[in-house]
Amino acid sequence: MATRSPPSKSPWSWRSRAFRGLVYQLVAFAVIALVIWFLASNTLHNMRVRGIQSGFDFLSQSAGFSIGESLFAFDSAESYWRAFLVGIVNTLRVAVAGIFLATVLGTLVGVGRFSRNALVRGLCAAYVECFRNVPVLLHLLMWYLVLTEMLPSIQDAWKFGPFFLSKGGVNFPVPIWQAGQAWAAGGVVAGVVLAWLYRRWALKRFEATGIAASMFWAPVAIVIAAGLLGWLAGGAPTLVDSPVKGEFAVENGGALTPEFLALLIGLTTYTASFIAEVVRSGIASVPAGQSEAAAALGLDRGLDIRLVMMPQALRVVIPPMTNQYLNLTKNSSLAVAIGYPDVVSIANTAMNQTGRAVECIAIVMAVYLTLSLLTSAFMNWYNARVAIKER
Amino acid sequence: MSRFTKQWLAAALAACGLMAAAPAMAGKTLDGIKSRGQLVCGVHTGLPGFSAADSNGKWGGLDVDVCRAVAAAVLGDPEKVKYVPLTAQQRFTALQSGEIDLLSRNTTLTLTRDASLGLHGTVVTYYDGQGFIVHKKSNIKNPKQFKNQTVCVQSGTTTEKNLTDYSKANNLNIKTVVFEKEEAATAAYFAGRCISYTTDASGLASIRNKGATTPADHVILSELVSKEPLGPMVRRGDDEWFAIVKWVIYGLIEAEEYDITQAAVDQLKTSSQDPVVKRILGTGEDTGKLLGLDKDWMARALKATGHYGEIFERNVGPKSALGLPRGINNQWNKGGLMYAIPIR
Repeated sequence: MATRSPPSKSPWSWRSRAFRGLVYQLVAFAVIALVIWFLASNTLHNMRVRGIQSGFDFLSQSAGFSIGESLFAFDSAESYWRAFLVGIVNTLRVAVAGIFLATVLGTLVGVGRFSRNALVRGLCAAYVECFRNVPVLLHLLMWYLVLTEMLPSIQDAWKFGPFFLSKGGVNFPVPIWQAGQAWAAGGVVAGVVLAWLYRRWALKRFEATGIAASMFWAPVAIVIAAGLLGWLAGGAPTLVDSPVKGEFAVENGGALTPEFLALLIGLTTYTASFIAEVVRSGIASVPAGQSEAAAALGLDRGLDIRLVMMPQALRVVIPPMTNQYLNLTKNSSLAVAIGYPDVVSIANTAMNQTGRAVECIAIVMAVYLTLSLLTSAFMNWYNARVAIKER
Repeated sequence: MSRFTKQWLAAALAACGLMAAAPAMAGKTLDGIKSRGQLVCGVHTGLPGFSAADSNGKWGGLDVDVCRAVAAAVLGDPEKVKYVPLTAQQRFTALQSGEIDLLSRNTTLTLTRDASLGLHGTVVTYYDGQGFIVHKKSNIKNPKQFKNQTVCVQSGTTTEKNLTDYSKANNLNIKTVVFEKEEAATAAYFAGRCISYTTDASGLASIRNKGATTPADHVILSELVSKEPLGPMVRRGDDEWFAIVKWVIYGLIEAEEYDITQAAVDQLKTSSQDPVVKRILGTGEDTGKLLGLDKDWMARALKATGHYGEIFERNVGPKSALGLPRGINNQWNKGGLMYAIPIR
């Protein structure tokens, strides 16, 4: 084999390896296509024979059921696809918030396992072992039980300043949108641009002169100051929609339902325990000499972690982190067990109202597939960014 | 494996069944039951009074008695039934895919279910209506007081849609919390998450007995917001089987009209001269032959379960644990809606 010339140079023939390879691929493709076609056509045939209606036309019909919580207004007279949209947005809402919180918590716990304080180390290890070894469904049921059984009823909700906490969830004040708020929003946008410019300038100066400027607090201060200035320029609107206790419910203001909270807390604490292990493995993969070298250069422990350990650990951390993000998103489908109207729950209801089981399950599968592919595409892009650039 | 995963697995398997099963099923249900020697009946996972397994694993209830009567009529033995407990979402797929022969699971008969699922509703076995249960201390007397309130409900039921319709018609802006499983929905209600739980009034009575620590702390509101005619369903495309189920149920109802009790079947078979009684018990004309069964079909069914009135009294009636009044489920000549098409 080793003495033969590479296949690209050999003349083409019916017996060539390249041709055989092509034939095998075509045959495999045809077989898969045939199986899919057979399953699809047989399903359609069976459904027709049994008088089961099929097709996606139901999506434009009026849904006829209401949805407990939604980021945008949904009325039962609106169509099924709008209902599915509400479900998808609800899934996204818990997935995005969950990924963010789990990353923060997981990183803290992961770093905590390298703490010089034995108590912190022990607590972090105990957290990981307790949370990752119990099925996530039990986590959700437990948190939901805690929130609905332990908290006071809505009539005697706990009041913390303008916040209410009860079996009805958390109620909090929200600023009412007025014309003046546009100035504040504009200020924040301007602040973000300014902060970015500042960071670029500071980095250039640091590389040129070695004078280090604040790279975190200063930009944060810029954004806050710009937002505040915008708010003042807009006439400092202070109208706030505060929750008030009604006869049977806490009304007005913003609200997070116990279903959402239980799902968010459950998914976050569960996934964070895995993320902590991922972070720990990443940090452990950086040779101890790096840390010692950093210390020799006079970097304190915080700077050592931020500037030396983390950038190197990230390369090991990102790929398994993608898995955890995908798991969190997919685990959010367990929401039906605790009554959160995610896309699976909406599909369940739609399935029952219309009888289109195959179609509804197909929609749910497509939604999760799309979300997962988007997440991993983003993470792959980020991974390529932090990977070692070999020049 | 969690029950949740199991359910999805079951749904997926049922969907695979749809994909793979051979199409020719029509007319074969009775043959299948006979060769198997067993009727496969889809029932509720646990709704005491309608279908629930006792501590010995023996199934009982109004819906279960329908299965027993049908099994006695076609197989000669009310015990030859395999019960498949199904959730609200699984039930139709299980029937469509041929996993069960008969769905007797407090299912509301509606146009959509009849016309678009490939199924047939047979005969109403319980006239129900959707009601609400509330905590006594909430002091709510009427569902119209639910303005801006949260109500717990199970998904996969007609209830969810009725609730929305009611909320809209009365401008109540009711918020729903939808659970996949009835147990989860009622647990959330009993924990105080929702002001009320809603389902068929008969189901509420059952849930109050089963789930509440003190049943007396909960009130079932008298106002019903919908018609819920409950009855068994069969697959489309097998008219013979449809007719058998339909006529066994009519037979049970008509037997009450003519007072053919479980205990009196044997005696009436020899002594009765009433032509209607003789037709029902198979001592007169052979009604069984027309259905593809033998002469004694209805006599066996009645010996197994008793007539409709006895089934009602035993499982859900005023003297049972549920204590539901006979109300509109009484015979037509006693002010109810139970009116059997005559067996003749």
